Amino acid sequence: MFNRLCTPLIAAICISLAAFAVAPEAYAAWDLDMPIGKSTLADEIMGLHHLILIVCTVICIGVFGFAFYTFLTCRRSKGAKAASFSHSTRAEIIWTIIPTVILIAMAIPSARTILKIEDTSGADISIKITGYQWKWSYDYLDEDMFFYSSIDAASSAAAQKNSGIDPATVKNYLRNVDKPMVVPVNKKIRILLTANDVIHSWWVPELYVKKDANPGFINEAWFEAKETGIYRGQCTELCGRGHGFMPIVVAVVTDDEYRQWLEGGLAWDQTKQELIAVNLFQADEPADQLAAL
Amino acid sequence: MTDQTAAHDHHGDHHDAPPSNFLDRWVFTTNHKDIGTLYLIFSLVMFFVGGTMALIIRAELFQPGLQFVEPQFFNSMTTVHALVMVFGAVMPAFVGLANWLIPMMVGAPDMALPRMNNWSFWLLVAAFTILVSTLFMPGGAPAGGWTLYPPLVLQTGDAFPFMVFAIHIMGASSIMGSINVIVTIMNMRAPGMTLMKMPMFVWTWLITAYLLIAVMPVLAGAVTMLLTDRYFGTSFFNAAGGGDPVLFQHVFWFFGHPEVYIMILPAFGVVSQIIPTFSRKPLFGYSSMVYATASIAFLSFIVWAHHMFTTGMPIAGQLFFMLATMLIAIPTAVKIFNWLSTMWKGELTFETPMLFSIAFVLLFTIGGFSGLMLAIAPADYQYHDTYFVVAHFHYVLVPGAVFTLMAAAYYWLPKWTGYMYNEKIGKLHFWCSAIFVNVLFFPQHFVGLAGMPRRIPDYPTQFADFNAISSVGAFLFGFSQLLFVAAIWSSVKGKQKATDQVWDGAKGLEWTLPSPAPYHSFNEPPHID
Amino acid sequence: MAHASQDSYYIPHGSHWPFVGTIGLFTIMVGASIWLNGADVGPVIFALGFAVLFVMLFGWFGTVIRESESGIYNNDVDRSFRMGMGWFIFSEVMFFGCFFGALFYARGISIPWLGGDSNNFFTNALLWKDFTAIWPSNGPAAIGGAYETMGAWGIPALNTALLLTSGVTLTIAHHAIQAGHRKTLNIFLALTFILGFIFMGFQAYEYIHAYSELNLKLSTGIYGTTFYMLTGFHGLHVTLGAIMLLVVWLRCLRGHFKEDHHFAFEAVAWYWHFVDVVWLFLFIFVYWL
Ligand code: HEA
Ligand code: HEA
Ligand code: CUA
Ligand SMILES: [Cu+2]
Repeated sequence: MFNRLCTPLIAAICISLAAFAVAPEAYAAWDLDMPIGKSTLADEIMGLHHLILIVCTVICIGVFGFAFYTFLTCRRSKGAKAASFSHSTRAEIIWTIIPTVILIAMAIPSARTILKIEDTSGADISIKITGYQWKWSYDYLDEDMFFYSSIDAASSAAAQKNSGIDPATVKNYLRNVDKPMVVPVNKKIRILLTANDVIHSWWVPELYVKKDANPGFINEAWFEAKETGIYRGQCTELCGRGHGFMPIVVAVVTDDEYRQWLEGGLAWDQTKQELIAVNLFQADEPADQLAAL
Repeated sequence: MTDQTAAHDHHGDHHDAPPSNFLDRWVFTTNHKDIGTLYLIFSLVMFFVGGTMALIIRAELFQPGLQFVEPQFFNSMTTVHALVMVFGAVMPAFVGLANWLIPMMVGAPDMALPRMNNWSFWLLVAAFTILVSTLFMPGGAPAGGWTLYPPLVLQTGDAFPFMVFAIHIMGASSIMGSINVIVTIMNMRAPGMTLMKMPMFVWTWLITAYLLIAVMPVLAGAVTMLLTDRYFGTSFFNAAGGGDPVLFQHVFWFFGHPEVYIMILPAFGVVSQIIPTFSRKPLFGYSSMVYATASIAFLSFIVWAHHMFTTGMPIAGQLFFMLATMLIAIPTAVKIFNWLSTMWKGELTFETPMLFSIAFVLLFTIGGFSGLMLAIAPADYQYHDTYFVVAHFHYVLVPGAVFTLMAAAYYWLPKWTGYMYNEKIGKLHFWCSAIFVNVLFFPQHFVGLAGMPRRIPDYPTQFADFNAISSVGAFLFGFSQLLFVAAIWSSVKGKQKATDQVWDGAKGLEWTLPSPAPYHSFNEPPHID
Repeated sequence: MAHASQDSYYIPHGSHWPFVGTIGLFTIMVGASIWLNGADVGPVIFALGFAVLFVMLFGWFGTVIRESESGIYNNDVDRSFRMGMGWFIFSEVMFFGCFFGALFYARGISIPWLGGDSNNFFTNALLWKDFTAIWPSNGPAAIGGAYETMGAWGIPALNTALLLTSGVTLTIAHHAIQAGHRKTLNIFLALTFILGFIFMGFQAYEYIHAYSELNLKLSTGIYGTTFYMLTGFHGLHVTLGAIMLLVVWLRCLRGHFKEDHHFAFEAVAWYWHFVDVVWLFLFIFVYWL
């Protein structure tokens, strides 16, 4: 009876899994893995992730394979008779030593990477980032630049309960802000994280940087973006009602553009979601455009 | 049948009968079996309560946008779901099993401290009455996550002190329960039942009880600090006064990490009882199983900060906790390989308890491996606080701990009720559970890696598809659990009498007792050679 | 191993005391919670809960004492009680360990980090510029204002002597009970709890002194926090221990206990020694170093 029920189910699951496997490109949303990194440490961290993932998968296949082989061959319905052995010191020593060796082999590159992640020295730019319920502020320590960064109005409106707005119609739903953090490409950016009320955590997946922002303390982290572009992330430490609604956007730009932005020549356009030269607009237009959203 | 009558001669005195009065039987009872039953029923109810909350979570996450609940209530659901499942469902269920089985397995008449046993149970009920009632308080139930991190948790409304005291009471309950377990095992074993002859379930519970006594007071201390920080002006978690919010995380995880092994070690014990039975072969490597369990317990005290890699720990701390955590994989490897070797060259049959145990071994391996990935500190920077972690711990908790609880129920139900459960329902329950649990939790690995944080009521649209699959899986898995109730019912209202031995490969003292087991397990200590 | 003796292990049949105790604790917790939430009935419910709890304690312990005196507890039962008490004390050790942990964390980690140590250079440089890490401290914001610390060599040293002496008197009482010297027992047991109460008196005086003259309060930053939480929980345990000693003493006066059968006495004695040892750690790490 259950066989009749389960076979189609298993088949359905297998087919759908196979579908994802053969056509991942077709579905941008069917990401199975971490995003391709855009910072100098990203490849190394992703490499570690893949290494351990492969080690685990291989052992897992071994375990599953051995188990299913046992189920198929050592079952009573196949006429198997139980043996009576109950230990084997040699086998046990082997399967204690092999995992130990594998683990040590994993630990060494991991330790090396930690050292790099934690090495915040020699930074080109230092930015103090503060988490609030529920927004971020960015304070460029060597520049005259400080601003708050909150979720953009479009996401916020759509995210109200039963708002009637389909999130699919909102570009970068929950991942867009009114003012992004802007940094130059190929520069070591040191971020100094703290919080004003409760603990938050600053994470941009594609830059492979995440660190908690603890009230009263400052944590350091760093990244160096390798490509210009817009990178999006979210707060990753539960911080109350608005935890799901305090996105992070980092605009990585060229040195020139960065200078321009610092001098007020570039502004974030929420509709286009990119940095745009301010002089394209009439003096008071950007504000109007914001209001229109 | 024949040795059943023989056994009945021994145990059939009338003072063995349970009291007929309801209050005396179920409220004031000091009998380990009745208390065990109470624990098991309580935990089943809590499983449904916690599960219903999980379904609310999954319903809201079925698609992007907020459809059913406000974010604050969503956070309450996450928090209370976890507290109910961990402290109300899984832990009490294992205590229930301990109550039922340990006296029978070691040849004792009852638990060592029967009145305290009763108290442990009712305190648990009191604690959860308080905790669940916080859902209806001004400001709502606690919503700071089950990890209760300050300063956020200090923003809880009127529920705050209730939550703290509920945790105190359930801590007291757990400590008393564990003292009872330890004392019963150390003091009440039948003559000849040496430590290294004890069934694995008894061993794992003995070690679990040590863990519980060691860490529950620490949790009590942690929430006490929260209480005084909020109401009495102390500065434990306030940097301005010289404290540190991260201090709470250290204290919490000093409790919290052993806690997760508290939920899995008795599960290891259950599986170590069931697999040999249906393989008709002794457990492979008994003594290494004992040492592995003890090593896991020991290591569990020195790995706690693997939950805190992103909190700004100095490098030395990260390296230490990464290495210590990875070490745990070694004794766990011993266990997995021993179970596989027990089945190897056995004479396997696949009754429901065996199916659940096998699913446990295989799916726990998946959960364990994702744990190992999380232990790699540089990679954990990416995994931390995403759905990858959620996937990890549900794999070790649901097809881990919960599956073994189900296996245990199917395995021992005939001994408890005297009747076989309906095997068809059991198997159907198994297949639905085993398939849907993967539909439910496997996709969470993918959204986690792709960047979906945990504890969010709403998410960016690129995570929509896997979340929809996961939610469908949740509802299918959840409603499959009604089959579990049906199966239990089929044994309670059973038709087919169970033999004393019940399973042809079963070994151990509990199978020498009649089915159902007499009210007092062993009035005359049995002899073990 | 169990069942060594001939008679069987006593299994009580049904008892309503645990349930009453649950109701008592439940009421206490609910009362405390609504009290903290500012409701006027809070203290009343709280007190009511305690009343129930006391009834339960009298009832439950009364039953156990009656059963014990009637001789139905064999050696196995006695051993169960002892083990139970031992593990209970272990749980208490962990509870205190938790608060000592907080103290060591504050002294070894959070204060130095706020002062810019380890990987927290910027914590000090950007957030708490004027703060230097020294212990004792009430934190960079000097919560609670200027205060003086409690010196070790006044009352605390005296209290140490008191508690150590009480450990000795208790041991003498223990030897006396084993040897059947009831009179010595009664005297030295009385001395023990009297020393305990004197200790508490000094402790109370010290708290008043700290509050009124040193401006050292529970809310005096992390120093006040750890000072009062540790000594406070210890004081609570001394009080409970002294009351338990008093109860055991009353039982001794009534002629309870035998030379080889006096679990209650030993349990309380262990408890007292545990409280003693905790004090030594307090003296060293809270007052002295
Ligand atoms: C029953 C519960 C349980 C169990 C058993 C485990 C087991 C393990 N857990 Fe898990 N864990 C949780 C419950 C559990 N965990 C929970 C609830 C959380 C989240 C809490 C929260 O934040 O809310 C969590 C979170 C968590 C984290 C923090 C993640 C984060 O927040 O960033 C980490 C990091 O190291 C971790 C690691 C591990 C490891 C290494 C094991 C190991 O014990 C696993 C060992 C098993 C294996 C490795 C597989 C079998 C082995 C073999 C087949 C042998 C071959 C192996 C090798 C060659 C290596 N866990
Ligand atoms: C033992 C522990 C345990 C168990 C068994 C479960 C079981 C489940 N968990 Fe849970 N979970 C945790 C422990 C556990 N969880 C923890 C510790 C967290 C972290 C919390 C935090 O972040 O603070 C968590 C968080 C958590 C999340 C993340 C929430 C978030 O980050 O916001 C999700 C989301 O999918 C989830 C889902 C589920 C589901 C679908 C189940 C299912 O397996 C449940 C299946 C059972 C049922 C569905 C019951 C059957 C009900 C019915 C059949 C309905 C009938 C109804 C009536 C009769 C009224 N859990
Ligand atoms: Cu800020 Cu979550
Ligand atoms: Cu852990």
